[in-house]
Amino acid sequence: MAVTDNPVSAGAAVSTLLAASAPELGLMARLWRNWMVRVGGMVLLVLVLIALAAPWLHTVDPTFFDAGSRDLLPGAMGDITNLDNETIRHKFLFGSDSFGRDIYSRVIYGTRVSLIIGLAVAVLALSFGVLLGLLSGTLRWLDGPLMRLMDGVMAIPGILIAIALVALWRASLLTVVIAIAIPEIPRVTRLTRSLVLSIREEPYVEAAISLGTSTIVLMFRHILPNTVAPLIVQGTYICASAILTEAILSFLGLGLPTDIPTWGNIMAEGRVQFNQFPHNVFFPGVFLALTVLSVNILGDGLRDILDPKMSKRV
Amino acid sequence: MPLFLLKRILSTVPVMLIVAVLVFMLLRLTPGDPAAIIAGDAASPENIARIRASFGLDKSLLVQFGIWFGNLLTGNLGESYYFKKTVVELIVQRIEPTLALSLLTILIAVVVAVPLGVLAAWRMGGLLDRALMGFSVLGFSIPVFVLAYILIYLVSLKLDWLPVQGYVRIGEGSFWDFLRHLILPSVTLSVIYIALIARVTRAAVSEVLAEDYIRTARAKGLPESKVLWRHAFANAAVPIVTVIGIGIALLIGGVVVTESVYGIPGLGRLTVDAVLARDFPTIQGVILLFSFVYVLINLLVDLSYVLFDPRIRY
Repeated sequence: MAVTDNPVSAGAAVSTLLAASAPELGLMARLWRNWMVRVGGMVLLVLVLIALAAPWLHTVDPTFFDAGSRDLLPGAMGDITNLDNETIRHKFLFGSDSFGRDIYSRVIYGTRVSLIIGLAVAVLALSFGVLLGLLSGTLRWLDGPLMRLMDGVMAIPGILIAIALVALWRASLLTVVIAIAIPEIPRVTRLTRSLVLSIREEPYVEAAISLGTSTIVLMFRHILPNTVAPLIVQGTYICASAILTEAILSFLGLGLPTDIPTWGNIMAEGRVQFNQFPHNVFFPGVFLALTVLSVNILGDGLRDILDPKMSKRV
Repeated sequence: MPLFLLKRILSTVPVMLIVAVLVFMLLRLTPGDPAAIIAGDAASPENIARIRASFGLDKSLLVQFGIWFGNLLTGNLGESYYFKKTVVELIVQRIEPTLALSLLTILIAVVVAVPLGVLAAWRMGGLLDRALMGFSVLGFSIPVFVLAYILIYLVSLKLDWLPVQGYVRIGEGSFWDFLRHLILPSVTLSVIYIALIARVTRAAVSEVLAEDYIRTARAKGLPESKVLWRHAFANAAVPIVTVIGIGIALLIGGVVVTESVYGIPGLGRLTVDAVLARDFPTIQGVILLFSFVYVLINLLVDLSYVLFDPRIRY
């Protein structure tokens, strides 16, 4: 069947409504016509490029302590040693912190950590959530116990789970990603389960069952592709909230080690001298807010197009 | 008491039980000696041995849970070796600032968000509506601590209207002194809550406004304000109250951050201090408390449906 053969058109079932108003447009063109997808997507693209090109964007070693350039104001000039161990005149565009590190370089390199964490948490939470949701929706005996477990996890505020896990495991990139992903899993599981339960009633699933399709094939080939659209939307929101949570962990001093430049770490160091040097908090703060904002706007745009049922609700 | 209310109240018991098991397992799933983790980093070998004996850590997992859960039921959350107090004493000492902060935040959020949401739904697509939707996306994206520092910078440092941080206990200073210290933290914390409540209020009220009985109410010549509040808002109350309950999870996460930024000695600050000191009895106690409060508030929210909509039965 066409709907199940092509995962890209997975939204077809829900977006037939839209197709009527724009019959000639493909999915990409429909996405592009939405201003939220355009703006959110473009800003995010720029941030990805910044993360990839960090070493070439007039940055110096973000971890380098330069005793001679402590607490410089934004725009000040100073001597600093770059990644090739040469001493150069460097313009401290965003100023420097109390160790003499270049805030601009730290903020630019911090983009990498935030984007990696956002993406990794979204992928991890979606993978486990979808797997558990599929199992819960297809295997009746597992449904009850699994959903009760998910109720329990959801009753604990997510940030507290993340904080406790990071404290137990000691923070590294991997443990932070896992700790942030775990409280996100139940929501994905619930969403997938509810999608599976409604898709199971579709005639083509009934047809597949009557043709003797095995449960595994049924799950992955007939049901999973049709859950893609709402899950992508959910994924963007998880990505945004993961970036925020990582920044909160770092800011509270519970996240990645302080020598790794993350926006939360920069702000945690900056807060001590906030009265004199507010820019140490503001520059990473602006980048953080802009990143989360662009992911959220992209998510809202994708939701309007891929999942019109949902957009009517909120 | 009607049977359906009793059933709903009893349904929280398994959830709370699962939360207790999860919090218990948190420590046991960690590699390393739980006794050493409970005792904290600065513990002596005698201390560790004492803890191992008193927690029965040499016994089977089930017996351990029995001991721990028995203690929990008698209100014994263990002892903090870092703060040299029982966890219950610590919580009692720290609960007042958190309660004051949370209540003021909820008050501000509801008073601001509900009227805005109703008005936005009333003139959907209008200037207020678009401004509110823009604000709510921004509210979801801007991290609590970035917002906190922007407000501190403007209101406290530049305008010098309110104190930068601190907390005055009830009875220790004048009421104005108490309130003055709480205004900025509550406003900070309420922004994301306002975004959430206003969005849901708008969606719920706009759905009701499309109903036939609204047209009837207008047709019989009711003044618009009465149509809006008495007919539309009253019938949209259930989802609004629901989101206030669900938002408590956001609030708890926000409390942890806000109390740290503003130096408020509440439960959120206690959580961060406990995690930094790796003080596990305290971490477990605080997580249990926050989760139970969350479950309890959502129980009250569910029970309140009966007041708003007499048709509802469980």
